Amino acid sequence: MCCSTGLCGTEIDPALVSFAALLTQLSQQGVKVERYNLGQQPMAFIQNPAVKALLDTEGVAALPLLFVDGEVRLKGRYPTEGERETLSRAAAGGKVGVSS
Amino acid sequence: MNLPLYRPDPASATRYLFFTGKGGVGKTSLSCATALKLTDAGKRVLLVSTDPASNLDEVLETTLTNQPTAVPGTPGLHALNINPVAAAEAYRERVIGPMRGLLPEAALRSMEEQLSGSCTVEIAAFDEFSGLIGNPDTTQAYVHIIFDTAPTGHTLRLMSLAKAWDQFLDQNTSGTSCLGPLAGLAKQRAIYEGTVKTLADASATTLVLVSRPQLAALHEAERTSGELRALGVGNQQLVINGMFATNCPADVISHAMQERGLAALAATQDFINGLPSFIVPLKPINILGLGGLRVLLGDDAAAGCTPKRFGDWTPPAMESLASLVADIERLGSGVIMTMGKGGVGKTTVAAAIAVMLARRGHAVHLSTTDPAAHVAQTLAGQVEGLTLSRIDPAAETAAYTAEVMRAQSSQLDAAGRALLEEDLRSPCTEEIAVFRAFAREVGKGTDRFVVLDTAPTGHTLLLLDASEAYNRELQRQTRSTQPEAVMRLLERLRDPAFTRILLVTLPEATPVHEAAALQEDLRRAHIQPFAWVINQSLLHSGSCDPLLQCREESEHRYLREVVEQLSSRTAWLPWQTQEPVGPEALGQLAASSFSTESHP
Repeated sequence: MCCSTGLCGTEIDPALVSFAALLTQLSQQGVKVERYNLGQQPMAFIQNPAVKALLDTEGVAALPLLFVDGEVRLKGRYPTEGERETLSRAAAGGKVGVSS
Repeated sequence: MNLPLYRPDPASATRYLFFTGKGGVGKTSLSCATALKLTDAGKRVLLVSTDPASNLDEVLETTLTNQPTAVPGTPGLHALNINPVAAAEAYRERVIGPMRGLLPEAALRSMEEQLSGSCTVEIAAFDEFSGLIGNPDTTQAYVHIIFDTAPTGHTLRLMSLAKAWDQFLDQNTSGTSCLGPLAGLAKQRAIYEGTVKTLADASATTLVLVSRPQLAALHEAERTSGELRALGVGNQQLVINGMFATNCPADVISHAMQERGLAALAATQDFINGLPSFIVPLKPINILGLGGLRVLLGDDAAAGCTPKRFGDWTPPAMESLASLVADIERLGSGVIMTMGKGGVGKTTVAAAIAVMLARRGHAVHLSTTDPAAHVAQTLAGQVEGLTLSRIDPAAETAAYTAEVMRAQSSQLDAAGRALLEEDLRSPCTEEIAVFRAFAREVGKGTDRFVVLDTAPTGHTLLLLDASEAYNRELQRQTRSTQPEAVMRLLERLRDPAFTRILLVTLPEATPVHEAAALQEDLRRAHIQPFAWVINQSLLHSGSCDPLLQCREESEHRYLREVVEQLSSRTAWLPWQTQEPVGPEALGQLAASSFSTESHP
C-alpha cells in the first residue's frame, strides 16, 4: 500500500478509504493528526516505545494502530462506521496517531 | 529528398541530448557514436541508458551499473544504466537496511512487500532519471549528458512523469502520496520542477528522434515528436539511420530495399521537412564495440567488410512459421505472445500468426501491450473470425478509475469518495490499470486464441516483475475480490499448454543477445519460451550488392547461435521485398518456407 487510500495494493478496503477521509477531516478541524506508514517511515515505529513493544510481541498483526491522545484505541484493523463517529468525538481538540 | 549526413557538432551541442525512437532504429548506436564525437573533442560526457533492457554494456564492451563507470579506452566518457528493477531494489535496501535488528523480522517483510510492485519500481527509476536532470549537483563533472532511451512507449511515460507528479503534488490535499508523506517531498518537488524546466529549455535540451527509412518507424517518430512537443520538449531533430542505395540495381532484393526506403521518406516528407533532418547510411557490418561506433559516423561506407563467396555454407535446420502454427492450433485455444527487442518484427509475426489461425477457422483475438503499437496498421484489413484491440494506457486508466469508483462509492461517504478520486489521479493508477488490462487480455485465451504482441523487452520485463509481485501479495490474502484474470495470470503464463511465447529476433548480435537474456529472465520466472522466430533474414537472397552480401554473411554465426545454443525450435522468415502489411502479405509471410536444399 503506497497511497493514503491503499489504492496501490491489490485490494481497496473501503474502511481504509473512509478512515483516510476522516483523518483529513479531523485535521481540517484542528486535530493534530500524525500518520506513519511502515514502508515509508519505519523510524517512527522504532522511536515510539508503545508501538515498538506491540510490534515485538504481536508482530505486524498489531497494525494498524490507532492512538488518541497517546492511548491505543484500535489495534489490527481500521474503525467501522460507528467507531468512526465515536472516534471523531473523542479526538476533538486532541491528537490522533496512526501507525499502519 | 537530399538530406545532410548526421555529424554531431561539439561546438553547438546542448548539455542534454535524448535519443529516442522505435525499437531497433539505432538509438544506442547513435547515442554512443555521438558521445564518442564529443569526447574526441575533449568534452566530458555521461551516457545514460533508461532502457530496462539496456544494450549499452554490449555496445561499449563495458559492464555498467547505476553509477557512472569509466569506459576503458575512451577518456572522458562515463556510462550508467537506470534499471528500474535494480533501482527499486536499491531503494528498498536504503529504507529497510537501517531497520535490520531494530524491527522484528515480520515487520521487515511487511515493509519489503509494501515496497514491491509496479508503483515502487516506476518511482525508483524515475527518481534516478529526474535526479540526473533536475538536480545539477549530480552531473557537475560532465559537459554533456546523453540519454539512450527505451523504445517510444516507455520513454513517453518517463518524460511525462515529471510533469504528472509535479501537478499531482501541487493539487494533492491529503498530505500523503505513493511517494511518501508530502512533507518530506520538498526536495523531490524541486527536482521534478527542475526536470520539467530543463526538458523545455531549447538551449539545454535536444531531442534526437531516431528512425529507419521505414514507414512504421517514421510514423512513430512523427507521433513521438508531437507528444513531446506537447510536453514542452521543443528542440527536436530527426536522424534517419540505415539509408541504403544499391550498387547493383539489377538485383531485385537490393533494388526493393532502396525503393522501400525512398517510398517511406516520400510518404512522410512533410514531417521530415518540418524539422532539422539528417541521414546515416547503412553499414555493411553490425555496430559493436568502440571501433564499430567510429565507423557509424565515419566516411568510409564499405569499412569492415570485403564480400566473399559463401555458396557452400550449410545453414542449420529451421522450420516455417506455418509449422509452428500447426502445432499451436492443436490445443484449440490459448495465448501466443511475441517478445523481443524493438524493431525485430514482433507485431508482424503476431499479426501473421493471427491471420493464419483465423483462416484455419479459429476464433482469434489480436492485441498488444505496447503503448506505441501499430497492430491495426499492420493488419490493415478485416479477416473473418479475427478481432483486434490494444491496451491503451489512457483509456484503461479511465475505465479502471470509473470501475473503482462504481464499486466503492456505495460504501463511502462524500469525503471518502473525494479522497479516493484524488488518489486515483495519481500517476500510479496507470501502472495498475495497464497491468489489469494485460491480465484480462491473457484471460481471454480460455475460449479462443489470443495473440499478444508485446512491447519491447524492457517494458515486458516490468510487466513480468509486476505479475510476480502481485502474485506474492495475493497469496498472503485469505480472500480477494480481484478479478479471476488477475488471480490466475502468473499461473497461466507459466502453463506451457496455455501460453506459447515466441522470441522474435533478427539474425544480428544485439537482438539475439537481448532475446537470450529475456529467455533467461523468463525461465527464472518459471516461464519456458515455446520457440524462436528469426525474422528478415537475407539468407539465400542471392543479392549481387556487396553491402547486402556482407550483411548476409554476417547472419551465419547468429543463425547458428540461435538454432544450436538458444532455442529448441526455430522458425525462419525471409526479408520481404514489400512491407508485410495487410492480410494477404501476412498470410504469404507465414507460409514462407525454408529449405536447406534450395540453395542457389
